Amino acid sequence: MSTTAPTITTRVRATERDHGSPASPRAEDATKIAVRHLDFFYGKAQALHDVSLEIPERIVMAFIGPSGCGKSTFLRTLNRMNDVIPATRVAGEILMDGIDIYRPGTDVVELRRKVGMVFQKSNPFPKSIFDNVAYGLRINGLTANKTELAERVEQALRDAALWNEVKDRLQTSALSLSGGQQQRLCIARALAIRPEVVLMDEPASALDPVATHKIEELIVELKKQYTIVIVTHNMQQAARVSDTTAFFLLGKLIEVNSTEKMFTNPDEKLTEDYITGRFG
Amino acid sequence: MRYEKVMRKVDQLRRTTSATMTTLTALCTVVAVGILLVILGYIAMQGIGSLNLRFLVESPKPVGEGGGIGNAILGTLVLLVLSSAMGLPFGIAVGIYLSEFGAGRFGSLVRFLVDTLTGIPSIVTGVFVYTIVVVPLKHFSALAGGIALALIMVPIVARTTEEMIKLVPHSLREGALALGAPQWRVTLGVIVPAAASGIATGAMLAIARISGETAPLLFTAFGSRFFGYYLDQPIASLTVQIYNYAISPYDEWHAQAWAATLVLMTLILSINIAVRFLTRKRF
Repeated sequence: MSTTAPTITTRVRATERDHGSPASPRAEDATKIAVRHLDFFYGKAQALHDVSLEIPERIVMAFIGPSGCGKSTFLRTLNRMNDVIPATRVAGEILMDGIDIYRPGTDVVELRRKVGMVFQKSNPFPKSIFDNVAYGLRINGLTANKTELAERVEQALRDAALWNEVKDRLQTSALSLSGGQQQRLCIARALAIRPEVVLMDEPASALDPVATHKIEELIVELKKQYTIVIVTHNMQQAARVSDTTAFFLLGKLIEVNSTEKMFTNPDEKLTEDYITGRFG
Repeated sequence: MRYEKVMRKVDQLRRTTSATMTTLTALCTVVAVGILLVILGYIAMQGIGSLNLRFLVESPKPVGEGGGIGNAILGTLVLLVLSSAMGLPFGIAVGIYLSEFGAGRFGSLVRFLVDTLTGIPSIVTGVFVYTIVVVPLKHFSALAGGIALALIMVPIVARTTEEMIKLVPHSLREGALALGAPQWRVTLGVIVPAAASGIATGAMLAIARISGETAPLLFTAFGSRFFGYYLDQPIASLTVQIYNYAISPYDEWHAQAWAATLVLMTLILSINIAVRFLTRKRF
């Protein structure tokens, strides 16, 4: 591990340590994504400065920080979504399962199959509910026949806690759903291709408290199968759903710690100031 | 006190300006729509007299013997299908290219050329196709007419397609890319379908535009007084028929030209309605 990287204490990694393989305290097999000295530039403007961080497997990690602090930019480097923005540049490395996703020759399409994403604003395609969830399965040729396709769609909708609400109208337009349902549809769409990591960029920021609550329950549920990284403006939300929290400020990673520690007794003064609202 | 007086004057002026401008824009709208209605009404009045079933199905006959425009209606439809089959896919493909890959210098060049092509007078297109198609084949043909009309369609369709695709929210593109969709599948499977109704409107405009074209057909499809079934032979069209009848010295043919105009207008209107119906938003 890089010496400059903030140390992370998480339940998962703690467990690994308890079960003890004293020779390798790093618990390498539990690290899903390792980011090392990442810099990111929009043209000449540097948006991320030397970010190093490890994301263990099957946990929820929350990114918090004020607007423009680089947390969304950082999230989008993890599935190389920033590639579609012209004149951006990355330095440093992001290892997923030990392999640098920015090395030349990386198949970005394959990467995005493994690293799903849910956006801030729900963005269902102007197609039917069924076709939305089936889209990723179809383009990636993941199902052998129609029955299997229908099963996978149903499973994804169940995983996203949406099945009961839409099972009778799978062929109606996805745009006829409510905002909260649309966002859960987008989650189902991302889950359908069974990614290993799910990135969520403020998934509940445009939703009412009821819909937000459903999404949060869902996130906690999904943790059993997936590694989840969530960007949020809502600190209560970070506290409710995440195991680990990372605090960003002005493009720098200030602190990473277990969520519990982060919200009760953070190591950094800046973190404390931000969390207690004494900022500015 | 003085301040209030000044403010009252300012308010008065603002209200007067607002009322004047509203009246002016309303007036312009009434004039524009009014002229259109007068034209349509006049055509209907002049044309309805000579309109009957025989007129719609028969081919032209010598002066005094009646005759109809059946061959011209068929010819126009053949030309529209022919030119749409060539021009629409071409134009839509160019539009997709411009919106998806046209950010660089080459894209700007293509865009400039397409805009220039839009501005070329249609008679020039007719002469051009005469030179490259009619002369080598040694005779006028429906095919040449179709090519000339398709050339007129391409830039219109290309630019509307580009604009419509640019209107599709970026979030849809990102959503599809994030699911591991390759660029081409995103474009063809998500972006183009999302822009389909807009693209269809552009196509419809282009079809409406070319159904009124006369000049490029004079040098290419030429016109015919018989039902034409072969693409390598001259073919009749409503516009050329209207032109020929309108410049003739006979009152009967003048009346038939009016009736043919009415038929042409109805045809364009029907195409518009049909396309709008077929491409209405389902999702």
